[in-house]
Amino acid sequence: MSDWVFYLFALSVLMGGFFTVVSRNPVHSVLWLILSFLSTSGLFVLLGAEFVAMLLIIVYVGAVAVLFLFVVMMLDVDFAALKAEMAKYMPLALLIAVILLMQFVMAFGAWESNAAAQSLRAQITLEQYHNTEALGLILYDQYFLLFQLAGLILLVAMIGAIVLTLRHRQEIKRQDILAQMYRDPAHALELRDVKPGQGL
Amino acid sequence: MIYSDLYVILPEILLSVFALVALIAVVYAGKDQRASLLLWVSTGMLLAVTAFIGIVGSGTHVAFNSLFVDDAFSRFAKILILASAAVILLMSESFMAKHDLLRFEYPILIVLAAVGMMIMVSAADLMTLYMGLELQSLSLYIVAALRRDSVRATEAGLKYFVLGALSSGLFLFGASLVYGYAGTTQFAGIIETTRDQELSLGLLFGLIFVISGLAFKVSAVPFHMWTPDVYEGSPTPVTAFFSTAPKVAAIGLFARVLHDAFGGAIADWRQVIALLSVLSMFLGSIAAIGQTDIKRLMAYSSIAHMGYALMGLAAGTQLGIEALLVYMVIYVTMSIGTFAFILTMERDGQPITDISALKLIANSDPLKALSMLILLFSLAGVPPMLGFFGKFYVLKSAYEAGLIWLAIAGVVASVIGAYYYLRIVFLMYFGDDVNEELETRGTPILTAIVVVCAAVMVLGIVNLFGIDGAASVAAEILIR
Repeated sequence: MSDWVFYLFALSVLMGGFFTVVSRNPVHSVLWLILSFLSTSGLFVLLGAEFVAMLLIIVYVGAVAVLFLFVVMMLDVDFAALKAEMAKYMPLALLIAVILLMQFVMAFGAWESNAAAQSLRAQITLEQYHNTEALGLILYDQYFLLFQLAGLILLVAMIGAIVLTLRHRQEIKRQDILAQMYRDPAHALELRDVKPGQGL
Repeated sequence: MIYSDLYVILPEILLSVFALVALIAVVYAGKDQRASLLLWVSTGMLLAVTAFIGIVGSGTHVAFNSLFVDDAFSRFAKILILASAAVILLMSESFMAKHDLLRFEYPILIVLAAVGMMIMVSAADLMTLYMGLELQSLSLYIVAALRRDSVRATEAGLKYFVLGALSSGLFLFGASLVYGYAGTTQFAGIIETTRDQELSLGLLFGLIFVISGLAFKVSAVPFHMWTPDVYEGSPTPVTAFFSTAPKVAAIGLFARVLHDAFGGAIADWRQVIALLSVLSMFLGSIAAIGQTDIKRLMAYSSIAHMGYALMGLAAGTQLGIEALLVYMVIYVTMSIGTFAFILTMERDGQPITDISALKLIANSDPLKALSMLILLFSLAGVPPMLGFFGKFYVLKSAYEAGLIWLAIAGVVASVIGAYYYLRIVFLMYFGDDVNEELETRGTPILTAIVVVCAAVMVLGIVNLFGIDGAASVAAEILIR
């Protein structure tokens, strides 16, 4: 049974990936991409990694793919021209892809990992901890250093975004909160008694 | 346990915390007006950490569940990385200030890149390696595009970023294959599974992809395409930085992965590295001949020099690693001196990078011309200079490892490469019809750096300042 479910999900991952590349309408491409993300999370559920599966849906489908959709809809990218450009290099790309594929079939055909490698492999600890807890233990305890380094990398990315895009324009009128707060009715308002028929 | 772990990465922590504190402090205290002060403080901090590592560091310590290792090899590389980063910062102040590029993020990004490089050379796990690699690469992409109003610089940054992402992808793909076939990402575990038996086909595939990803970072042929464009487009101090510290880190990382993780399969990777080496040496030497821009020329020169460094790696012996380390020290010193000279080249306040502008510079500025002559002779590997001993060392290690064809190829490439270095010397001393005078006044700091680097090239031949001893200790740790 679970074999069949696996093949179903695997097939839809491949199909989603394929149509992401070939579909003419870029919005359709993004939708196919979402399908392949969803199927991947199905595969994770089959592996017993529910937390990762949910994360994939929330982060990739919920955030990344929607962001893609925004970009595709808001930016005026001529996908037809891009495709034409790509078609020029297609024969070479196909040749490299076929060679790589053959090599990988060879590599996986000769799958062997010795006993030492087997014993080094990480063990599933589902009996003791549930999914999220096990992941947290690895991430925040065993791989604490990597977690902190990832934080530093994100900091660099943030600095980079600011350095490369922030421009101080002089002509823009900025909000001065202090000046706003110091305004009071006594200075800002003037009460006049307007007589009928006279105006100001 | 956590305190001893933290103590092992104290230098990295010091620099990271410094970067964070400096970032916040400068944002609140004047931003770009304080950039110059921050640059000096960063230089001081880098030098202080260099001294700290040099004085306090000893022994081999593994920390954070074998994710990180601090040993003689990593300390040697770290001292070289931090010292060169500090000198480059020192060099860049006047240039960046003059061309309105001195932003306070610049020294911070350089410090964070240095942290990334320190992690790279200390990695004991494929994941740590990747984190360090990305930390330094991301910082470098940003400083490459620092001159954001120039099409050239943004193109350089973007090109570097896209190709860098591709190489990271190659590396990650290889790393996942290695993980699949070795069962672990830790170097100690990988070497355990490969020590007694032949490398399985999948592991070999992973190794090749990992090597491809890393070869991109050292700009070895055929993964060098980005180098000339990025070198030419980036601001000159950034180019100087690219050709020194990141190269040391990438070569150090290369040596660590190949020996720490795949030390049991030297015969498998030796031929790949030897091929990269011979291609880099020849392409770097031949393609540089037609260049008219000195920054592009230095790009090809660095490709050729990386070829020689890889020759030491291809030897796969302790002598090879020792030669590699000595070569990197000499290469970094030569590059810093040459780039300090390039930074002084200007006309009417504009930086000039055209080689033909150097005609008869010996008449107007004999001291710098003589220093440059020594540096160029050294880059070419002309015997009395230190550069010759660097080349001699790696050629000897390749010869003793039985790679005689590689050593001969190295000599031939060196002779070809000598042409374009000597052509600059010819222009400086015997060029004709000067159209416009080139100014090479520069600041006292730049002049001092050019002269000191040139002096090192001459004085170092006495005993290499004793670095070969430290290099041999470092190499012994790595090979074992």
